[in-house]
Amino acid sequence: MGVAIYLMALAVLLVGLYAVVAKKNIIKIILGLLILDYAVNLLLVLVGYRTGGAAPIRAPGQSPAEFAARSVDPLPQAMVLTSIVIGLGLTALMVALAVRLHEKYGTFDMSKIRRLKG
Amino acid sequence: MQAILPLLVALPLGVAFGVVIVAHVPRLGRLTTTLAVAAVLVNLVLAAATLGLGPMRLFIGGWGAGKTLGIELVCDGLSQLMLLTINLIALTAIIFAGAYMRRFTSPWLFDALFLLMTGAMNAVVLAGDLFNLFVFLEVAAIASYALVGFGCEAEELEASFKYLVLGTIGSAFILLGVTILYSVTGHLNMAMVHEAIQPVSGSPAVLLAAAALLGGLALKAAMVPFHAWLPDAHPSAPAPISAMLSGVLIKASGVYALARIVFNVLGPTIPYANVLMALGTASMVIGVFLAVGQWDFKRLLAYHSISQMGYVVLALGAAAGVTAGGGERWIAQLCLFGGLFHLFNHAAFKSLLFLSSGSIEQQAGSRQLKELGGLARRMPVTSFCCRVGALSIAGVPPFNGFFSKLIIIVALVLAGHPVLAALAVLVALMTLLSFIKVQRYALEGQPHAETAGPAAGTVREAPALMCVALAILAAVCLLAGLAMVPLRDRLFGPAGDALLGVLP
Repeated sequence: MGVAIYLMALAVLLVGLYAVVAKKNIIKIILGLLILDYAVNLLLVLVGYRTGGAAPIRAPGQSPAEFAARSVDPLPQAMVLTSIVIGLGLTALMVALAVRLHEKYGTFDMSKIRRLKG
Repeated sequence: MQAILPLLVALPLGVAFGVVIVAHVPRLGRLTTTLAVAAVLVNLVLAAATLGLGPMRLFIGGWGAGKTLGIELVCDGLSQLMLLTINLIALTAIIFAGAYMRRFTSPWLFDALFLLMTGAMNAVVLAGDLFNLFVFLEVAAIASYALVGFGCEAEELEASFKYLVLGTIGSAFILLGVTILYSVTGHLNMAMVHEAIQPVSGSPAVLLAAAALLGGLALKAAMVPFHAWLPDAHPSAPAPISAMLSGVLIKASGVYALARIVFNVLGPTIPYANVLMALGTASMVIGVFLAVGQWDFKRLLAYHSISQMGYVVLALGAAAGVTAGGGERWIAQLCLFGGLFHLFNHAAFKSLLFLSSGSIEQQAGSRQLKELGGLARRMPVTSFCCRVGALSIAGVPPFNGFFSKLIIIVALVLAGHPVLAALAVLVALMTLLSFIKVQRYALEGQPHAETAGPAAGTVREAPALMCVALAILAAVCLLAGLAMVPLRDRLFGPAGDALLGVLP
């Protein structure tokens, strides 16, 4: 069980990578990048998880040592929030670029968007 | 004096947002470029002020030493060298942009993105913890994706999208590496990760993290075989941004981060050294072979960036190999001096060449070498500076490129890699050949009647601001070569020692 869940995160990562590498449609490539991003975020949360751990909110009167012994690791959750916000900015930029590319080339097909060469 | 460190990051980021506000105030809208130049100038002065101060560290939010949570800014010799390089190139690029960007609509948008990128790069080289490094790599990268597509022409958007896709894959792998290192060691602070990783440095988890980090960062540094985005992205950007991307971004977010991770976090071992040397050699050789056949001036320069960064990574790899193999410390120091000196020199001469290509493109209306010609008489200042840059990158004495390549070649022989040294000499000759072509077609002779660009007969010298930016960089190229010994004692020696020691 312990290893399987990490393997699932890896599988999600590979799905994202496959979409980016193999798909021609810009929208599918963007979705692939999002899946890739989510896979890493998922792994980041899993790293901080402990089976049966409490939510990382310190109850009144709870000592720091007691809190550390019971709760899940809050640091990866803070990191994931930052990473999600970065992903949001990237997604906005990607979609804006896709719209502009469609205006210029009239297609979402990457194999037809090939004016650069050499 | 530690108060300087957050200022180096906060000032450009703050002014970037200030620029957006000022641009919408009536009658003040034209001041944005002046504001940006002032911000970068102050930053350069602050970066120079850190030089005499020795290693510094600052804990944001009062977390204090020994905690794994707080954000820490570390400024050692290597950070000081990178800060100076970034802000020097940024200053010349933004001065050049003052005249160059007039043909674009909304230059304030350019100024804001430019400051965002500069501030984020300053933060990358000051970051003392892995996650902070990742965040600012991303901020710099997002600003650069937008800047590559700034002109919104079809080719520029295409280049920007390709760059964005590959850059995002690189970032995802960097974050994956950081995640695995955190799960193995329980720390994010680079110095603490380094300490905690020593007992388990050969374990599969650490090797997986290292592979993800090295792959992601090699993609950011455009090392062969991860280089496909660079020859599209760098030429498509406006000239000042090409100068920033080739001059400092691939160094700050690629090579600097690679060096930090390998030397100060993972600790140099023989496998890492071999990976760095393989990446460096492949980039150096393949980059120059791809460059020789190019007729587009900016594309040719972009391929040379891959090749020249190969020298730097090769020298870093040789230093890691000497350190890991228990070799003499002074040989490792010599390798690092050569590599870091070449990094600085490449920033100077490649920015100079990209800026002069922008100046030529604006005045002559073309950047195809076959459509140019006779510019030496029509654009004397630009041509003179372009020649200085070409001689520097080709490794002709007494310019700076000659000295750094010579040191790298000597250091490679001393480190026991005579074959790689011979390859480095061969690549230097090919580079010379390629830049003789640039001289011959762009600056000498006459434009051919049948292939000449639209404005070939009536070309005039570029505006004064652009010439000033070119002259500053040309002077740096000449002086850095002549002042090699004092620079080694003050700047490059401490930077190399920072890599060979542990983080403060």
